[in-house]
Amino acid sequence: MNAQKQLLESGEVARVIGWKKGDFCFDPSPASFETVEELKDFVYDYFCGANLSKYLIQMSKKEGKTAVFLKPCDTYSFNQLVKEHRINRENVYVIAIECLAKLDIEKIKANNVSFVTGVEVVDKEVKVTSIDGEITLNKPDVVLTKCATCNKTHQVKDEEIILHERPIKDVNRFEEVEKLEAMTEEERFAFWREQLSKCIRCNACRNVCPACSCVKCVFDNPASSISAKANDDKFEEQLFHIIRAFHVAGRCTDCGECSRVCPQNIPLHLLNRKFIKDIDGMYGEYQAGETSDGKTPLTSYTEGDVEPKDVFNGEAK
Amino acid sequence: MINETLIPKVGVITDVRKDTPDVKTFRVVGTDGKKLFEHMPGQCAMVSVPGVGECMFSITSSPTNKDYMEFSIKKCGCVTEVIHSLEVGAQITVRGPYGKNFPVEEDFKGKDLLFIAGGIGLAPLRSVINYVRHYRQNYGKVVIVYGARSKDDLVDIEEIQTEWMNEPNTEVYLTIDRPQEGWDGHVGFVPAYVKELGLNPNMTAVLCGPPIMIKFTLAGLLELGFDKSRVYTTLELRMKCGVGKCGRCNVGDKFVCKDGPVFRMTELDELPDEY
Amino acid sequence: MLKIAKERLNELYARINQTMGLFIPVKKAGEVNYAVWKEGKEVSLETLKTVKSPKNMFFPQTENMMKFKTEGKNLEVIDVRRDYAEEGKLFVLFGVKACDYKAIDVLDKVFLAEPIDTYYKARRDASVIVTLACSKPEESCFCGVFGIDATAPQGDVTTWLDESYLYWQANTEKGENLTKLVADLFENGGDAEVRAQRQTTSEILQKLPYANLDLSVFKPENLNELFEDSAWEEMSEACLGCGTCTFVCPTCQCFDIRDFKTNEGVLRYRCWDSCMYSDFTLMAHGNSRTTQMQRFRQRFMHKLVYYPSQNDGLYSCVGCGRCVNKCPQKLNIVKVIKTLGGKKND
Repeated sequence: MNAQKQLLESGEVARVIGWKKGDFCFDPSPASFETVEELKDFVYDYFCGANLSKYLIQMSKKEGKTAVFLKPCDTYSFNQLVKEHRINRENVYVIAIECLAKLDIEKIKANNVSFVTGVEVVDKEVKVTSIDGEITLNKPDVVLTKCATCNKTHQVKDEEIILHERPIKDVNRFEEVEKLEAMTEEERFAFWREQLSKCIRCNACRNVCPACSCVKCVFDNPASSISAKANDDKFEEQLFHIIRAFHVAGRCTDCGECSRVCPQNIPLHLLNRKFIKDIDGMYGEYQAGETSDGKTPLTSYTEGDVEPKDVFNGEAK
Repeated sequence: MINETLIPKVGVITDVRKDTPDVKTFRVVGTDGKKLFEHMPGQCAMVSVPGVGECMFSITSSPTNKDYMEFSIKKCGCVTEVIHSLEVGAQITVRGPYGKNFPVEEDFKGKDLLFIAGGIGLAPLRSVINYVRHYRQNYGKVVIVYGARSKDDLVDIEEIQTEWMNEPNTEVYLTIDRPQEGWDGHVGFVPAYVKELGLNPNMTAVLCGPPIMIKFTLAGLLELGFDKSRVYTTLELRMKCGVGKCGRCNVGDKFVCKDGPVFRMTELDELPDEY
Repeated sequence: MLKIAKERLNELYARINQTMGLFIPVKKAGEVNYAVWKEGKEVSLETLKTVKSPKNMFFPQTENMMKFKTEGKNLEVIDVRRDYAEEGKLFVLFGVKACDYKAIDVLDKVFLAEPIDTYYKARRDASVIVTLACSKPEESCFCGVFGIDATAPQGDVTTWLDESYLYWQANTEKGENLTKLVADLFENGGDAEVRAQRQTTSEILQKLPYANLDLSVFKPENLNELFEDSAWEEMSEACLGCGTCTFVCPTCQCFDIRDFKTNEGVLRYRCWDSCMYSDFTLMAHGNSRTTQMQRFRQRFMHKLVYYPSQNDGLYSCVGCGRCVNKCPQKLNIVKVIKTLGGKKND
């Protein structure tokens, strides 16, 4: 893998956005590289789960082209940001990179493993070396939640690095949503109440979300009389997450970063997925970020659109 | 239970004076009609309109005034806008005093003093100038250089013209940024004026005003031969608690609310440039 | 040394709870955090790191400070403080790890310094702290770097947990009083087991990858040099500006004070704040820290240089490793220490 090296050497790009190796095998960070020398720390492995597309809002405004490594799911966020005029597409060189699902170190450690010294993936097995020896885990059990149901493919590329063909999974990404839908109202309320009561208002979900690209968030507006950091166990306070889900509806590409970054592991992506499922049902199947132009269901009108009253009384299909 | 500094006292506004188009001076006493608390020149207080917010302001009246406190407040944000709408009789909350004062009883004693202010920067200096006037015999010559955008933006001009200018052994120099009808005084920015005046560098100087004015005035003073260790200024950063706990006004190993707002220029040199 | 069989711990909790509040790591919706103990809750003492630290018990994320009532022109300030200790409302904070216990020292230096923060003090005075030694530290732990012995935390009572027993040792008068209340549930013994566990754990602690971090450059005289270091740009470039590190940190203590209008008047509360947030230093006429790099730098400079400079060299980090585990983009204080600390950390 030396596309990044050639791009920098030839001067075709001014910087490369990728991942930098961490202290362990499981903690690479997003990073920019401006020289070939800096690339010695470049890494791409099973723990590069972060979606790099949002960094391009800033980076694509800089002088010189920026090359970026995008996994299949990240390209949808990229397209959506281009569509919303947040990213300057001409200033970006997209390297589409393969993804065979990323691992979640917390899920690995949950198998009573601590002091992890090495992680190796062989097909569907994950071999974890720790101070207690080596154990083998079933890969689907320890991938990031966002990867478990992903069947996305690259929607944009200037170049691609695909070494392995990825098997198409037979999964229904709405399975969890359907479970929630099958609950009674009381059960569903209790479920979300318990989940959202864990929220510490760190705003990581909002700050990482590629659809949350407002220059100034309404929750940060002192005049809005809401405080984005006052943690209150009352349910109305936690409507924050529901308001956010409404705001990104129709634009959320289901990249799953919200759930990946949540320090309390609240399954926030399920709120967004419910919206996606409803939009699919009411307006026909739609995947945000598949293209960087064209009409979107919530911002265009057709005569066949469902009537609001049908939505409210549950008669919309 | 012991007192909690974060719980304020109720104050009553007994006078409102419109100094400039965007500065008003509020006179405040307790609900018992007495002064809320004692302070020293340069110290601040947290003033609040409950439901709107709390802000730190310099106490602009002199401690020698035993009857009331005054705050000169410029309208520039949510809280100050509401404060500006208040009338005589309105109740607010006040807590303090906070911060370190000017060393009026230590380093300033027996010295010739130079006060340089720009715009609303006069507010903290008014307290120390009036303190010095009250104990006039303890101090040497006093020179005051005060500038504002226009003649209408000079805060407390009446007190300056009727009292300060008639004080013995005191020189007052006023300047405005641009020529204006009805103004026959000096025109020009404060830093340039200070250099023009060719002030005696043995004076102890106190600067207060917008950061850009401080920066250029200080450079001018150093050119004139002033000693940085005898130049003082005040800093202003966002504050919430006022007692060095909420972390907001932290710069380097100092909290502006507790270790300042009054700093010697030599102290500022040791701080990271983030204020 | 006293001991109690693990399966009888619920009796211990129930006994404590008869006379006092009990805060203990409890699992809820998959995550373990300190919470009020009630019969039937899933206690998890084995969890090495609760998501939030126990600082929440002394310095709640949101806390009402006072109320204001307006009648006509009259404004009234209503003090809503409570003196829990005087009311006899003591609480036990159970299962505090050595790092989190040390973090309380760090908080004390801020909140109990003059003028004393009476909200914090009321909770501190009402608390009895039962610590729990670590037996299974993990790779992100580095408390030893700050001179903390994870195998023997202080506190009013120190406990150790193994496969079969919880071992108990009172250290203070408060701890003795608590022991009297529960003594009949315990039997004598455990010295040998505790000694053995401490030995085993100490060996793991020495092998931890972060055990030998070198902090020597982080001293007051290097303040400006560290502040100006060009590496901050690179270290902070992936920072999202969220508050995760701040809010999971046991020593972060910055707060905001806000007013909330209710039907019964105005409520003034304080809540945790984060220097990582863009509005932290925002004023009506400007902001002293406009870039995320500056905010990122502030957080780590405060922990490693500013705070120690104000507090006789005590660092405002206890090596709990929560930020190491929880930063969404895997930035953390260790990476800062290693980058700025130079060659000795390689």
